[in-house]
Amino acid sequence: MRVIAEISRWAIPLLLLFIPVFAYLKNVPVYESFVAGAEEGFKTGVRILPFLIGMLVSIRVFVDSGALEIVSSWLQPLFSVLGLDSNFAAIIPLAIMRPLSGSGALGVATQLINQHGPDSFIGRLASTLQGSTDTTFFVLTVYFGSVGIKKYRYALKLGLLADLVGLIVSVWIVSKTFY
Amino acid sequence: MVNLIWLFMLATGIIVSAFNGHIENVTVSAMKAAELGVEVAIELIGVMSLWLGLMRLAEEAGFIKGIARLFGPAIRRLFPSLKPDSPALGAIIMNLSANILGLGNAATPFGLKAMQELQKENPTPDEASPAMITFLALNTSCITLIPATIIGVRLKANSANPTEIIGTTIVATGCAMSVAMIVDYLIRHRRRK
Repeated sequence: MRVIAEISRWAIPLLLLFIPVFAYLKNVPVYESFVAGAEEGFKTGVRILPFLIGMLVSIRVFVDSGALEIVSSWLQPLFSVLGLDSNFAAIIPLAIMRPLSGSGALGVATQLINQHGPDSFIGRLASTLQGSTDTTFFVLTVYFGSVGIKKYRYALKLGLLADLVGLIVSVWIVSKTFY
Repeated sequence: MVNLIWLFMLATGIIVSAFNGHIENVTVSAMKAAELGVEVAIELIGVMSLWLGLMRLAEEAGFIKGIARLFGPAIRRLFPSLKPDSPALGAIIMNLSANILGLGNAATPFGLKAMQELQKENPTPDEASPAMITFLALNTSCITLIPATIIGVRLKANSANPTEIIGTTIVATGCAMSVAMIVDYLIRHRRRK
């Protein structure tokens, strides 16, 4: 645990030291090569800009309108059909938000943790969910956009399937571990 | 599917705002989000340039190839369509390592670099290749050993044990990743026949 935290802390400084020194020893013109590579950063940033804006506008309009609460309340009966406690329903907004927006999901998770308490069932579940799934929808649009892919084929379904599995396992493992 | 989700979010947001009598919120949200998009992209340009510069050094020194040769055999099974010495493998490994260590802003440049390399081997340039889909599924379901942000939130909320969710997180993400890889394998297998 401690060790992993230390690795995270040291990883970037060590890479910043190790790669240039290693390249220099291999007779690479370090500064010139670095600049040549860095040039690509600008091009990539400009290329993904329209995808970022398109996605952010749609997500923001949806989230700010309060539509998330409405969609969540539609999904609530589903939980009772599955025989789950109505307690679980509090997690739905986070589960919907998580694939869409990283900062949005963190906001919802923080609110849930503060409202229900970090060591409550919902607090632990929100923490687990936040750490175990990713902003799938967002990542896909930006990554595919950066290389000009228009047809995603089964990529989105696969990514969202992983998120769904993450949600189900989170509910199961949190109940199992702590209760 | 992306078109539909995009339209659904936008239209639902506008209709709900109209019903709630806050239609002017739509204008503010849309403009703010567009500005935010530029901010994110500009910030990303800085970090991207730094990592892509470093990545170029690592490439020219043969470091990325070395990493690909070292860790490649394990990862390559998931990408049977790639050439055995594909430069994409190095970038994919760098991206996954950054993800596992929770270095989010280093992961994105490596990931975009990997996409560029994968696109070079893509026979259908406007359609996602199987290797890209595998990579993205791996990328989004990948384990993070220390979910630092959420631990910070729990700490601030006075949790008795802020890090107790690391174990549950690893189990959940591990299951998600395994299911994604198995389903991905089955889809690729079925389509090849």
